[in-house]
Amino acid sequence: MQDEVKAPQPPEDGEAATGEAGTGADRLVSAPQPVAKPRHRASRALRTPMRERDVRERARSFDEVNLGYSHDEALAEAMRCLQCANPTCIDGCPVNIDIKSFIGGIIEGDTRTGIEVLKARNALPAACGRVCPQEEQCEAACVLAKKGDPVAIGRLERYLGDLDLACDLEHRCKPEVGEATGRRVAVVGSGPAGLACAGELARLGHAATVFESLHAAGGVLIYGIPEFRLPKDIVASEIEVLVEMGVEIVTDVVIGATFTVAELMDEQGFDAVFIASGAGLPVFLGIPGENFNGVYSANEFLTRVNLMKAYDFPHHDTPVWRGRTVAVVGGGNVAMDSARTALRLGAEEVFLVYRRTEEEMPARREEVHHAREEGVEFKMLCSPAEIVGHDGWVTGLVATRMELGEPDASGRRAPMCVLDSEFRIECDTVIVALGTRANPLLTNAAPDVELSSRGYIVAGPDGETSKPGVFAGGDIVTGSATVIQAMGAGKTAARAIDTWLENRGQAARAGDVGEGA
Amino acid sequence: MFEVVATRQLSESVFETTVRAPAIAAKARAGQFLILRVDELGERIPLTFSDWSSDEGWVRFIFMRVGKTTHKLSHVGAGGFLADVVGPLGKPTVVDGLGRVAVVGGGVGAAVAYPVARAMCEAGDDVTVILGARNRGLLMLEEEFRALPLGALVICTDDGSTGRKDLVTAPLKELCAAGALDHAMAIGPAIMMKFCAATTREFAVPTTVSLNPIMVDGTGMCGACRVSVGAKTLFGCVDGPDFDGHLVDFEELMSRQRVYADVEQEAAADFESECACKTK
Repeated sequence: MQDEVKAPQPPEDGEAATGEAGTGADRLVSAPQPVAKPRHRASRALRTPMRERDVRERARSFDEVNLGYSHDEALAEAMRCLQCANPTCIDGCPVNIDIKSFIGGIIEGDTRTGIEVLKARNALPAACGRVCPQEEQCEAACVLAKKGDPVAIGRLERYLGDLDLACDLEHRCKPEVGEATGRRVAVVGSGPAGLACAGELARLGHAATVFESLHAAGGVLIYGIPEFRLPKDIVASEIEVLVEMGVEIVTDVVIGATFTVAELMDEQGFDAVFIASGAGLPVFLGIPGENFNGVYSANEFLTRVNLMKAYDFPHHDTPVWRGRTVAVVGGGNVAMDSARTALRLGAEEVFLVYRRTEEEMPARREEVHHAREEGVEFKMLCSPAEIVGHDGWVTGLVATRMELGEPDASGRRAPMCVLDSEFRIECDTVIVALGTRANPLLTNAAPDVELSSRGYIVAGPDGETSKPGVFAGGDIVTGSATVIQAMGAGKTAARAIDTWLENRGQAARAGDVGEGA
Repeated sequence: MFEVVATRQLSESVFETTVRAPAIAAKARAGQFLILRVDELGERIPLTFSDWSSDEGWVRFIFMRVGKTTHKLSHVGAGGFLADVVGPLGKPTVVDGLGRVAVVGGGVGAAVAYPVARAMCEAGDDVTVILGARNRGLLMLEEEFRALPLGALVICTDDGSTGRKDLVTAPLKELCAAGALDHAMAIGPAIMMKFCAATTREFAVPTTVSLNPIMVDGTGMCGACRVSVGAKTLFGCVDGPDFDGHLVDFEELMSRQRVYADVEQEAAADFESECACKTK
């Protein structure tokens, strides 16, 4: 094994050299030089576990489940990193964080540089360290994953992110802001895509104004992901840094209602617009009984609890129906979040109803594991057929047993009904977590932005839409995806916007010269 | 924060609030609503515009004090602030080319009926307004309605203390029977809209109702406000709030409006006793 530890090498060129020339990224003065490769002998210890709140305590509490690494734990885990000459993990990251260097910072005891390296690429490391599916991204690409457990990159990211947030605002790492260009960009939506775009625009010297329709910024990070996975003060603190960098956040403005995209450009003087309004509309089952009281979309249930803090009713004014027996329909992370939230609101039994098997569930393994550990009962190969009720309220969910057939277009084995297999799950609450569709509120008011047949915005690889100066990214382009994918789209679009503004400026200057001649 | 520029108490439990919100006022149209949060702990509630001025930059709404939120709202006077006001939301009421139209406003629904009737008058419709209230003291905006170029204004009270002693459905039925209506619009408690729709259905007079389901975000994101309209489930916030009254499942709507009634009553009682303590 010792052979695998390569001899120290001179620092490689900075990240500015990673093929972004010509995109304006060369103006990103703050991109720090990578930490010199530490002279360390990689530890052969097993992956350092993350401490968790005790399952009996946490299943009834909204306090965070994962407790994070201590300094010693972070160091022990960082020491497992081989500091490869050719770090493949970086390619596994949708925003290409220089993982090798930030882990190097921890190894060398230079966490400040580690944080700077991290924040050069990711404005929300404490959030991403918690909610990114690292096991499919950077950690899947880790060399150690070939023979055993990869380095816990996500946990180390969270460690550095938290370390930074523990400082006063003035001492936190603030990526350097580029010289003001005088250009103004409107960002629609303050979720991961919008925030990442705004942060990147600020680094490039553009004035970014983020419009949020809700009363608080963060998008899915605050209305969707529960407190016990991602504390809301973490999100607020990371946004605080963006505001310090000059990003303006305007809440209570619905683009498509309060202002249209055209008005932002024609009347309010924005030079470009980035649309990151998310995939808003909840999908329902379309089965009888779905409008009984006690049937929630996961969006509504989680918004009431997370954004409106209904778990703290009546101190907070928003109520939520606290079911005793809850059936959650779906198999993704949102279904897990809903089930675990229902438990924490006091449910005696929570069933997770999914039409395939655990193997096909799109949820992260960690979420499935936590849900099961906390007492969520999995009812696999069950497809809801009808919601039954009495006096306006849910009393049960009728489901059909399924079996798996041949793989379908998505590569997953298609579930098929078993004849005459209907059975009833007694429950007083049903939460439907089947995903979302495009929300037409904004796009209806922007007829010149081309949409797909399903209502999503058609955008090129850099986020450009059919309307000049208007870019889009995140779920409103791709449909439901991950936080970090949306952030990647936001950053890419910011650089494309920068280039577009630059080209337009050059064209205008050339035009002036032409006219003068 | 949004500044309250004026308030008015219209009856013991009905209040009018005017808020400075220039961006919303510039876009507001009859039948649309706003969502507000009184303070940082507050819930988001939808309220339909009763008036607005784009020149002066304000929007106005009327509400009945029933729960904790409306209690808190009634305590925010001129010079005070609301944490959040967002809008205009929902689709505007269709007012063009309706011909002979009756606008029925019951209870605080009269507040919404006012800008709707005004917009219909401006659009050249021949508008009859039917206002319903339990008694004279609860009748609102009578002067404002009288200032509009209406074909007729019919007032009904349950006790006959002013106008006819009748339900609003009585004059509505007379208009239908006389063949004097091309369209009807009902705005008020769900039960009133249900009976208005039942009245006009008999005469096949197309009828629009302005629904007020429970909402959270008001932008189509949560689905709390779903209503059954014919065979479809639609969202009150983005598909409405106006729907075809002959297709709406009012029983379901009323059931869904009551979903938090028990817990909200507790919260309101807590809040009132707290208020009483503070004033002692």
